[in-house]
Amino acid sequence: MNWKRAWKKSLTKYWQLYLLLIPVVAYYIIFKYVPMAGAQIAFRNFKFNKGIWGSPWIGLKNFDRFFSSSQSFTMIWNTLAIGFLSIIFCFPFPIILALLINEIKSNRFKNTVKTITYAPHFVSTIVVVGMMTAMCSPSTGVINTIMLKLGIWKEPLYLMGRAQYFRPMYIISAIWKDCGWNAIIFISALAAIDVSLYEAAEVDGANRWQQLIKITLPSIIPTIVIMLILESGKVLNVGFEKAYAMQNDLNLSVSEVISTYTYKIGLEKMDYDYATAIGLFNSVVSFAMLMIVNFISKRVSETSLF
Amino acid sequence: MNKRVTRGDRIFQWCINIIAIVICAVTIYPLLYVLAASLSEPIKILSGDVVLWPIGANVNSYRRVFASADILSGYKNTIIYSTSGTVLNLILTICAAYPLSMPDLKGKNFVTFLITFTMFFSGGMIPSYLNIRSLGMLDSVWAVLLPGAINATNMLIMRNYFTNSIPGELREAASIDGCSPFRTMLEIILPLSKSILIVITLYYFVGHWNSYFDAMMYLRKREMMPLQVLLRQILIMSQMGDMAETYGVDDANTLLLYESLKYAIIVISAVPLLVIYPLIQKFFEKGIMMGSIKG
Repeated sequence: MNWKRAWKKSLTKYWQLYLLLIPVVAYYIIFKYVPMAGAQIAFRNFKFNKGIWGSPWIGLKNFDRFFSSSQSFTMIWNTLAIGFLSIIFCFPFPIILALLINEIKSNRFKNTVKTITYAPHFVSTIVVVGMMTAMCSPSTGVINTIMLKLGIWKEPLYLMGRAQYFRPMYIISAIWKDCGWNAIIFISALAAIDVSLYEAAEVDGANRWQQLIKITLPSIIPTIVIMLILESGKVLNVGFEKAYAMQNDLNLSVSEVISTYTYKIGLEKMDYDYATAIGLFNSVVSFAMLMIVNFISKRVSETSLF
Repeated sequence: MNKRVTRGDRIFQWCINIIAIVICAVTIYPLLYVLAASLSEPIKILSGDVVLWPIGANVNSYRRVFASADILSGYKNTIIYSTSGTVLNLILTICAAYPLSMPDLKGKNFVTFLITFTMFFSGGMIPSYLNIRSLGMLDSVWAVLLPGAINATNMLIMRNYFTNSIPGELREAASIDGCSPFRTMLEIILPLSKSILIVITLYYFVGHWNSYFDAMMYLRKREMMPLQVLLRQILIMSQMGDMAETYGVDDANTLLLYESLKYAIIVISAVPLLVIYPLIQKFFEKGIMMGSIKG
């Protein structure tokens, strides 16, 4: 038996490394795969005394309940809206910033721009939301003060408390926080471009703008495609942390997304099986979307995750 | 090479530099504003006089923050969770990344799949909560440290570094000299991987320092809360001030107190990371590049 011998050889040579892997595999089973199996309570009427495996099956009742509830459509829409707006607005900025940084000639200036644009990434979501709330306050916020003084706004706007401003504020703060950080991957892709391409272009009389459009941009297209695939998998996974932190009674009609609703149903109302069903629906659809986008990209551009 | 710099190129360069300066100004302004506000008289912040420089500069709000037992314990908890969590993260990540970087380790593909699959699919918030609950970890440090003990992306970054940046001949030579795989890792591989270890340490540390969700979900006792959770409560209180008109609440003194505290807490919670990251900035590109290589 060939495979038996191969395993035996590997085990004798690397037994220490298998020992190292034991806690790792144990971690993944206990903290990732046990909850995955636990997601079956979406199809059960969960009772604490009977546990996950003993509670009675109820089939798709929880899913029926979700889709027939009046809020489900709004929540899915809110989630998709933030997800798509994030891709449309948050995705291009890091690419533009990377191209811009790449064109800066002075190394010192380049590094300063990098340092400054990376900074907001290290500020926590809570602090970002806190800063937004403080700076956008209608009575005391600096944004309103400046806009009123400049005469751009006629009266103070309550940016954090009106539903119609929730999405723009969400997107703008996301761009502020992670534009620089997300640019890093494109910056490193740009650094890998062969310099001789530019030298050849210069000999041919191409100016800087033409070089940017004809050489630089096409060279990072594969990186852009990969990042776009990854982003598309997140469309429904609008981060709980930020939506929840930005939520208040006044913007609930647009800020209630699937994850915040799951939290409230599950941990505040303790309706565990129903909340699990909503979360499971979310995970399955996200996973399917990632697979579909990956498949399409593989066919169209021959770039894919796997 | 003799470069001809045309007029068009010079204008192009100027535009680039000016746009870069504008972007930097917009990015850094909110941070400077918070710093200025934390040093100003609260009443001047409320009246909207503080725009860029502190007015009535003083450190009273910092004094008040550091006098609050609540906030000090939150700060202490954050430091404890972040450092011990990061140490645990690093150990487990190395335990996974090094064996999985061995080209001829049997079962490697299966374990890698087991790990990467969790990047794209998870049981969800509630099953994870019930799991922690049934393990009896609610209201314990473990609930904050263990659920995120390995991050699959960071593990892959480290594994890719071990595979791609360290020549396989080194391991073979060590093995021929009778050095066990474990000793090879400790004495040869890890010392050669300092840059990636630094980057991963920072990623984990930042994650712990800034997180609030796990603590909010799994902890109930106030004395166990990390700074971010306390900060959130204070910010909600201060937002009540904004809604005063809506709710008919009007307590000027409370408002003033929260106003002065919140900027100082924001500053003390954000400063440690903002001071550390520029020191290791040059490693970021390498780290992210490693994570993007397929393997």
